[in-house]
Amino acid sequence: MPAPTANAVTARTGEPSATGATRAGIHWPRVALYVILGLFCIYYLLPLYVMLVNSLKPLSEITAGGMMALPGEWTIAPWQSAWSTAQVGVEATGLRPYFINSLLMVVPAVAITTVIGALNGYVLTKWRFRGATLVFGLLLFGCFIPFQMVLIPMARMLGLMGIAGTVTGLVFVHMVYGIGFSTLYFRNYYAAFPDELVRAAQIDGAGFFTIFWRILLPSSGPIAVVCIIWLFTNIWNDFLFGASFSDFDSQPMTVALNNLVQSSTGVKEYNVHFAGAIMAALPTLFVYIVAGRYFVRGLMSGSVKG
Amino acid sequence: MGFLDIDRVTKSFGGLKVLHETDISVEEGEFLVLVGPSGCGKSTLLNMIAGLEEVSSGQIVINGRSMNGVKPADRNIAMVFQSYALYPNMTVRGNISFGMEMHGIPKKEREKKIAEVAELLQISQLLDRKPGQLSGGQRQRVAMGRALTRDPDVFLFDEPLSNLDAKLRVDMRTEIKKLHQKLGTTIVYVTHDQIEALTLSTRIAVMYGGYVQQIGTPQEIYDNPANLFVAGFMGSPSMNLFPARIVSANGAPAAEISLSDGRSAVLPFAGRDGTGEEGREITLGIRPEAITEPDGADRKSRAVHVVDSRVEITEPAGSDIFVVTQMGGKDVTARFSADVPVKPGEDFQFAINMEKAVAFDPKTEARII
Repeated sequence: MPAPTANAVTARTGEPSATGATRAGIHWPRVALYVILGLFCIYYLLPLYVMLVNSLKPLSEITAGGMMALPGEWTIAPWQSAWSTAQVGVEATGLRPYFINSLLMVVPAVAITTVIGALNGYVLTKWRFRGATLVFGLLLFGCFIPFQMVLIPMARMLGLMGIAGTVTGLVFVHMVYGIGFSTLYFRNYYAAFPDELVRAAQIDGAGFFTIFWRILLPSSGPIAVVCIIWLFTNIWNDFLFGASFSDFDSQPMTVALNNLVQSSTGVKEYNVHFAGAIMAALPTLFVYIVAGRYFVRGLMSGSVKG
Repeated sequence: MGFLDIDRVTKSFGGLKVLHETDISVEEGEFLVLVGPSGCGKSTLLNMIAGLEEVSSGQIVINGRSMNGVKPADRNIAMVFQSYALYPNMTVRGNISFGMEMHGIPKKEREKKIAEVAELLQISQLLDRKPGQLSGGQRQRVAMGRALTRDPDVFLFDEPLSNLDAKLRVDMRTEIKKLHQKLGTTIVYVTHDQIEALTLSTRIAVMYGGYVQQIGTPQEIYDNPANLFVAGFMGSPSMNLFPARIVSANGAPAAEISLSDGRSAVLPFAGRDGTGEEGREITLGIRPEAITEPDGADRKSRAVHVVDSRVEITEPAGSDIFVVTQMGGKDVTARFSADVPVKPGEDFQFAINMEKAVAFDPKTEARII
């Protein structure tokens, strides 16, 4: 094919002046854009930088006034101290037991809430009953009741149920609050899920739970990720319920971190506090990094449509 | 008693009656098409046969067994849906096998059946793909494959071709017909496309407004529509319907129609005596193929009448040319052979075959002649 080649050559000879000019000349608006974006980036990342560098230097370097400087002497002692020996409340246990408390709280709470939310969404969209809209409305309303309002009734409830001051009690509280949101997510996702699939499965002989388990749940990946990230972040970061409904041996990480920072007598060990704060933030960070990619996709695919 | 009996069945949603008392009896091996515009109750009726919706009153009997209160899975039916409803998370193999798995059929038997069905529908090479990787036509085949594994008493099709493009639709139509001839299973098929209804069915039930308007073979429905709705709905291009008046011509009833230039023409109905209804206003119905150029008129017909009328528009359609003129103040389409030199704006002779003409009461819309 000689003709096209010839054309291509002439086309290319005509081009360089145009592209060359733009490539050589600096595109100022674009440069400005990147500079501004870079500044914002630094601004937002600065706190993390401060926390990180100060958790890795001896206390003396911090009190000497070098907040922004890199450590002169690198050390992981503050991390070890925050994890296992620091004074938290009355005991010098470090944050470890509370980290475990938080895990014991967040994993079952997220798992159960997500499954119940999925089941609710399934029933509210595919097995609509009289009053389904009202039930959904009430569940939604539950999402927006301020936490403070339920503190006293909830304390009474937990007492009656015999799970006051336990991790189980916290799991229960977070479940109750989380179900509204998880139901909202799954309901909107399943609303876009064709009813004909459920009908086809019925004709194929699948029952209520088989349809849920075999057909809907395997297709719910994106929205499950959204739901899990949302719940995990909220429950892990919650302070109010943790502070209100836990005893010393069932406090979650957030409350323990507060105690660590507040209760130190004598010298304030800023480097240990920074290390503890990063530890408290790591799990949510981890969840975002692992699943964040699906987060946006999930938001796009289901919950935005109504 | 037929193989599938719809016996005085009605359906209401709250106070809204979507299906009025309906009786249809389907023989084994029949291909019944329920056809009608959106909201006529055809899909509701199909869903009630499937058991996806309960009947409000009456009963549905399949193979001698009343289906009231019987779950869809226990009715020995299979259904193909408009959106195909393939499970997106399963492979084609999984989709086809799911129903058998739910009915507790052992794995070996399932594998055998899958291979058999895949062979029949030529989807063997697709078995390990997910529905998302298939084209519309392939999905359609898989959906049919899923239904076929059941050896059902009755196949139900809910507008299975309406998501396909025009070419594929025609191909799949032929395939469904072939499948029916091969398997001989009773089929109930819902569509809003009257061409599908005419080409596929052994019998058609035309539905509108929650009533079955007419039930009969495609030929009966086409040639002898029971009312104005059926006449206008079935056939493409649709039947010409225009106002006329009954007069007496040589002792027999005839239709007097006005032509575009103010004259009128008298067209005697074929093979009818006596009138007693002179002066009655009617809606005359004549299909386009019964209005032709004089040379193209049906030679066997003994009631061809020629009128002059002005040609308004011509629409060539390959083998034919559709010619639009005015009769009774309405546009009327005639079907000429493609080689007739007909031009818009000229007067031309139109041969009307009155053997094929029908007449309706404009108010009640019921058939008169």
